[in-house]
Amino acid sequence: MTRFDYREPATLDEAVALLHAAGGEAAVLAGGTDLLVQIRERVRRPAQVLNIKKILGLDAFEFDAQGGLTIGALATARALETSDTIRRHYAGLHAAVVHFASIQVRHRATIVGNVCRASPSADTLPPLIADGATVRILGPAGVRTVELEHFCTGPGRTLLGDGEIVTHLHVPAPAARTGKAYIKHGRRVEMELATVGVAATVALDAEGALADARIALAAVAPTPLRAHGAEAALRSAAGAQGRLDERAFDAAAEAAMREARPIGDVRASAEYRREMVRVLVRRALAQATALAQESTP
Amino acid sequence: MTRHVSVTLNGTAESLAIDSDTTLLDGLRANGWTGSKKGCEVGECGSCTVILDGKPVCSCLVLAAEVEGSTLVTIEGVQRAAGDLDPLQESFMACGAAQCGFCTPGIIVAAKALLAENARPTRDEIRFALAGNICRCTGYTKIIDAIELTAERLRAEAAPAAEEAAA
Repeated sequence: MTRFDYREPATLDEAVALLHAAGGEAAVLAGGTDLLVQIRERVRRPAQVLNIKKILGLDAFEFDAQGGLTIGALATARALETSDTIRRHYAGLHAAVVHFASIQVRHRATIVGNVCRASPSADTLPPLIADGATVRILGPAGVRTVELEHFCTGPGRTLLGDGEIVTHLHVPAPAARTGKAYIKHGRRVEMELATVGVAATVALDAEGALADARIALAAVAPTPLRAHGAEAALRSAAGAQGRLDERAFDAAAEAAMREARPIGDVRASAEYRREMVRVLVRRALAQATALAQESTP
Repeated sequence: MTRHVSVTLNGTAESLAIDSDTTLLDGLRANGWTGSKKGCEVGECGSCTVILDGKPVCSCLVLAAEVEGSTLVTIEGVQRAAGDLDPLQESFMACGAAQCGFCTPGIIVAAKALLAENARPTRDEIRFALAGNICRCTGYTKIIDAIELTAERLRAEAAPAAEEAAA
């Protein structure tokens, strides 16, 4: 490990002040499961590590049927994995945390940390983007809120400015008759980075017609991607009746394939990833639609 | 900078001399607790698994400075008393679940955490709980056999006690 100074801010304001004073030389430690690896592998060399785990209250996540879900910066993947509320109302996010690394890692890793790491293959990002999540940021100038789909600006890069820290994520409450899915594609299930990840959230109206759909992709672009083109293709193919059938899923899948900008690397070629986008978008939409149809308003 | 952290380690109050920028794994090993093994050091192999405040974690992904005031169980604390092995350790021997043995401490600690949460795990649940523990020798079959056997033994031990309590 490279040497660093270790600090334990007691409040968020103290954390922001220390972060700001360090002028980019400090790193925030939440779960630590990415940061300590990055320091060991010398990807990051912070002069200071700010452990925010002593700040009270940030480990909570709270759900309200009207207000939705608020996830504190210290809520762990394991805490969400073992929550019936998350399983029931945020099935895509739940699927993402169940097969996230290992139990040992999930006990430490935080959802907010996974978001801030801004990996192109981050598991929690596609379902959170498909659910319309927002990011609450505290900085020297106060609090601001941004949409999660705009938060990541490149591999490992985010909108966070000097002295800014993510305090919470907010995910809207699911509308009645909503179904959600996240499909992670890899060579094995656990301890794996997604070769391609696809999330879909589908909301139906009282007649069972398409009301709203959001699709997000991981590991096929420099950042997780909201597939606006695929959503538009789905709406268009569903037509005025909002009919969700194989033809509509195929249209969305074809559009998503064109929107994806994958690279080839050790895990898969670009062509393979693109083909998997088509397969998995179709499958995720079918799953989410079936769940929406089963759900009782 | 060297400092001390106070922890309850394997049931005893201990003060560990650590550097504030070293991992819990390095901190434990430097203080003589070398049962937790150093494999990948990036949270992928599980050989450094310890139980921190009741939860299995990779000690290579925790800073030693973070654990002030915590309760830790390492492989050294798994046995019931000196010379009185834990049923998991007995079962690992009975099933031949260790070959080179390097992954064994981490796997036994991870299994200990699993059985504390779930006294009746299925083979799939055992596999799920051990996904973060890599063994390059055994092929896992005997490891899973040993954990299943332990669960059976613990239930058999608990059953007469429960009957007595009910009587």
